[in-house]
This record gives sequence, C-alpha cells and structure tokens, in this order.
Amino acid sequence: MTAARPGTAKTVGQLLAAKDIVIACGPGGVGKTTTAASLAATAVVEEGGRVLVLTVDPARRLADALGLKGIGNDEVRIPDEVFTDAAARPRGQLWAAMLDTKQSWDDLIRAHAPDEATREQILANPLYQNISGRFVQSHDYIAMERLYEIHCEGKYDLIVVDTPPTRNALDFLDAPQRMADFFSSRLLRWLIVPYRSRVVNMASRPFYQVADRILGTQFLADISEFFILFQSMYKGFVERAEAVTRLLSDRRTTFMVVSTLEATPVREAEFFSAELTARKLHLGAIVLNKVLPEYLCDPRTDKLAQSMKARAEELAEGLTDDPVVARRVVGEVAESFLNFGVVARREAEQQAELKGAPDVLVTVPFFDADIYDMAGLLQLGAQVWE
Amino acid sequence: MAAPGVTAAPELLDLRLVFVTGKGGVGKTTIAAGLAQLAAEQGKRVLVCEVDAKGDVASLFESPPTGFTPREVAPGVWSMSMDTEASLREYLKLHLRIPVVGRIGPLARAFDFVATAAPGVREILTVGKLCWEVRESHYDLVVVDAPASGHIIGQLAAPQAINDLVKVGLIRSQTDWMLDILSDPRQTGLVAVCTPEEMPVSETLELCTRVREETTVRMSAVVVNRVLPELFSQREEEIFEQLRAPETEHVLSERVGGPVAPVLEAARLAVTMRRTRSVHLQRLQAGLFPDMPVLLMPYLFARGFGARTTRQVARSLGEELGL
Repeated sequence: MTAARPGTAKTVGQLLAAKDIVIACGPGGVGKTTTAASLAATAVVEEGGRVLVLTVDPARRLADALGLKGIGNDEVRIPDEVFTDAAARPRGQLWAAMLDTKQSWDDLIRAHAPDEATREQILANPLYQNISGRFVQSHDYIAMERLYEIHCEGKYDLIVVDTPPTRNALDFLDAPQRMADFFSSRLLRWLIVPYRSRVVNMASRPFYQVADRILGTQFLADISEFFILFQSMYKGFVERAEAVTRLLSDRRTTFMVVSTLEATPVREAEFFSAELTARKLHLGAIVLNKVLPEYLCDPRTDKLAQSMKARAEELAEGLTDDPVVARRVVGEVAESFLNFGVVARREAEQQAELKGAPDVLVTVPFFDADIYDMAGLLQLGAQVWE
Repeated sequence: MAAPGVTAAPELLDLRLVFVTGKGGVGKTTIAAGLAQLAAEQGKRVLVCEVDAKGDVASLFESPPTGFTPREVAPGVWSMSMDTEASLREYLKLHLRIPVVGRIGPLARAFDFVATAAPGVREILTVGKLCWEVRESHYDLVVVDAPASGHIIGQLAAPQAINDLVKVGLIRSQTDWMLDILSDPRQTGLVAVCTPEEMPVSETLELCTRVREETTVRMSAVVVNRVLPELFSQREEEIFEQLRAPETEHVLSERVGGPVAPVLEAARLAVTMRRTRSVHLQRLQAGLFPDMPVLLMPYLFARGFGARTTRQVARSLGEELGL
C-alpha cells in the first residue's frame, strides 16, 4: 500500500492539486465546515475543474453564502456570480451538496432491494425508520457511502468532504467495516434462524431466554423480520462497505485534520492524527484555526507589558487629555496583553507537539469578523492554501 | 411536557439530575465539573458521570480516569465513566438475578449484537443507569457530562422511543419510571453550554426548540462560556485611541524602553474579539425564552485546566446563580 507514504506536497494548495478526495475531520466546533467550504471555493479559483464540497450541516449563513438555500441530497452548482460578486474569477465550477441521512438511506435501499415488495417492506419498517432517521451513528456510514457513490459517478475533479460530528472522531472511519461485520455476524444468523425454522438449538437457547426477557418476544420478532428483509441485500451491502473502505485508503484520498489549539480539541486532533497513521491512511494536512498572533508570545514584549502595568501612572502622564483614565487604560492594556500571552504560550506549546505528523501544517489567525460570504471564504482559503 | 417558567436558575442545584450538553469544543466538561464542584461546596453528595468516556472529568479534579464504579475525586464529588455493557451487567444482576459471573464473553457478544440491532439500547442503558442512581438516592445530585448537542436528543428521547418500539418485556416495564424522573422539572434539568460564537449559538437555539418538541426534559439554563472581559468603557476607548496615535505611541515606547505597538495591538484584538462575540451573545438572548436563565462565564486566561480552574468555574457559576 502506498497510502501511508509521506507525500511531496509542501502546501495545502499542492496537496489539493494532487488528490481526488480530501476528507476534513477533527473535533467539533473548530470551523471544519467553513474550512472545507473555503478550500473547495479556493480550489475553483486557483486550480479550476469541477469541485464538490459535500457538507453535513452548514451554518445557515454559510449556506446562504454558497447559495445553498433549500438544497437537499442533490448536488447543486454555485453560480459564478457568487464568485464575481466577491471580486474573484472562478476557473472551474463549484458544486455543493448537503447530506440528508434519511434520504440517502432510502436511496440505498432502493438501489439494493431485490424486488419492490422487499423494498416497500423495509421502508415501512418502524425499526428501519428509527435507524435511518433518528440515530446519529447511521450518519457515519451514510456519509462515507454517499462519498463513494459520488466518486464512482466520476463527475468531479476534487471532492472536499466535511465529516459529520461524531461521538468519536473515528466512528466514520470504522463505519463501513462495522456495517460489513454486522451483516456477516453469526449472532445475526442466530437471531434469524428460530423465526425461520422454529428450531432453537441448544447453544443459542440461553441467548433467547435472556433476550426475550429483556426486550420482549414481539420486539425480537420485529428485529428479526427487519433483518431477514435486510439479508436479501446482504451481499450488495458487504461489497459496498468493503469498496468504501478501500476508497478511504486509496492513494488519491487524503485526510485533513482541522482543529484549534484549545486543550481538548488539540488532544482529539493529536489522537486522530495518530490513528490515521496507524491505519495507513494518508494524513495530508493539519489546519489549525483561530490561532492567536505570535507577537503575544514574545518575551521582550511581555517584559514591556509587565513594566507598563507596574508604572502605568508615570508612563501615562501628559500623553492624553485625561491622565486618570489614561493611567487606567495603560494598566488595562498591559494586563490584557499578559493575559492573552498566557493563552498564546500554552497554544504555541501545543502546536509544537503537533509538528512532524502531517505533510503540511497550517495555522490560520483569528479573523476579526465571522465568515459569512464568499469573500470571507476565499480570504480564509488564501490563508490556508499557500 | 413541562410548563416553562417553573424552575429558576438558583434552583439548578436543587435538581437531582442535570444533563450538561453543548456543541463540541465549548467546554461542557469544564462546566459539568464546575457545577459538581459547586454543589459539593454547598454540602451535597454529587456524582458526575462522563458519558463519552475520555477521562477528562477526573483530570479536572487532578485524578486518574475513573471507571464504571464511582470514586471520590474531590470532597463530596464522585466521578464515574459510563460503560453501557457494565450498566447492562449491573442491571441483569439487580433486576433479573441472572448470574453473569465468569461468563462475560457470550453476554458481551449478545450485548453488542442487541445494542447494534436495536437502536436506543445503548442510550437506554445510559439513561437508565443515571435515573437509577437518582431513584436509589445514592447521591443528592447527578451531573451528567452528556453527549454533544447533536446526540443528546437521541439520548433523552430513548425511553420514549423504546416505549414506542417495545411493547412488552422488562425494558418496556422500566421505561415508565425513567420517563417519570426525566419529565419531572423538579428533578431533572438540561443545561446547554455554548460560547458566544456563531455556530455554538445557532446550535443552542436549535437545541432549545428540539428539546421542547422531542423530549420530555426541561431546559434549565444556558451557560455562555468564555465570555471575554469588557476591556474599555467608552471614555477609556477614546483615550486608548489617543494613545495609539503615532506620536503618542512613540513617546510611550521611549518611556517604557521598547516598542509598545504589539501591546496596543493585542488590546485592539481583544476589543474586536469581544465585539464580534457580543453580537452572538445578543442573538442568543434574543432567541431564547425571556425567562430562560443565561449564565455568563468569564474566559479563563489559564495555563492549563485542572482542580484550580474547576474551582474558579464553580465560583463563577455560584456568582451567576446568586449564591
């Protein structure tokens, strides 16, 4: 496998130019969706081609910025005017799609059900509706499944994926394999057998006794019916799940870990990077958002600020038209610098620990304002790109 | 469903079961630990339970990670990590008298299967264990470092979902009393943590709606974490601008003995950050029910997070609750 081999990319731009699929992953709340969207948009401006950003649940304002109002599972093209209004010239096409889990599951059933009767039975099954609609774990699988589907259609030069928020950032990596294991499980066969043959063998009897007492016979029967129906799609599902797993480790696929330098996210990012490497998946880049400016860590300025805090009265004298307020301001300014310095040094240390793992490590400074339009996305993208 | 306006924020500590949730990365574990610390300082026996076992809660009390069996990590604070399989084992032992000693293997496999096959089983075992601790009154207060806001609904709605799916059997007979505890606003509450930033605020507003519509649990308070201090009054800002004028800045630099531009620039950054964030804070307050208590927690300029910051968080929470 060539996937684990370090790449030659020195910048995110080079990385994106060399890959077909970029999967943005990492802890929640670090600007993953925004980073994915901004890189896709920047790729359209810098590289051209057809670029798709596949996102899960974009902030409404970001969706507005991309012209994503009211779109569902289908890919929609972002009009060129959105770029030109932001004073940029698109050299290719930007497409976007949002992941609709329920819809994707239904599509999957439609594609794999052997006949119409089975299909309708599954779609109507309350258990199926529960799995596909309510329980979040199923996002993980369906996001990867949808990526595979779109990739196979071959319509895009680059797909940037914003992964769903997961309990554990790794869930979505394991999801295809879990799905395959699940359908191959011996226990599944155990469970289904008695409802087929009514003969419970000695080995499995205790299992039923416990299961019956906990869940009730009716529910067990419901589960069984559901899985008997699903069995008809077993082969298709397992093959599919395996293909999805292969796609993730393909050398045209790379992972981009997005984080901030706050304690918890950075620990998750570290863990995630290590896991990607252990699984021989390609860690292309780490993008660190909202990084405080470096000058906050400068020891000389820190000394000056300390001195400003101590000598505020004398320093402020005669500088402004209000010496009392000026003294307070000088003191507060110095204090604020020292406070942010503490945080900046903590973050710098954490950043140093991340170095070396990926091909590219990029930091993005704190932006004065939130990013809510194409101009903002491209500004962020330009920071990350080089 | 609970009527709005029953519980005021100071009564937060009188609840028996508090779920602390929020978008990833907003500091909900810190708030959960601070809340537990505060309640313990008020003389309560508190269990703080981490649902996504990462060992962070115990570390906020300078303690090694805890397992399913609670351990006292600070005076009055016991910590545990949820383990659904252990929860099932405990349940079987207590309620069904099914001997599970020694034969964990087959049970674990069966559990894995049932939990994967029957959505909500994992959730019900988590919520069930928490409700059980409340019912048995081992603790005055159970604080849950709950799943992120995207997942909490599934967790809280699990008893109802199971009720709808499972018609008979032991699990069914157990969901009724769980729902009683969860639906009682004098016993159970949900605290949403966010930061004054775009996505966390949007997600919190969305969460409030979903909690009301899809669960029987009452939202008790919204905690806004990492609120930056207001650096200047209006007058002070005018003076600050005078100081930033090139000649003045030059004089100041000479007096201090080095370039002060970065120090002034950092203050400008702090002001801008505060301003961007206050827009989101206003949006949050405008979007919430007027009677929803909003607790503002200051940004902690700390080297790291541990017992010391947990006590700081507890103190700030206490101030916000008027204690």
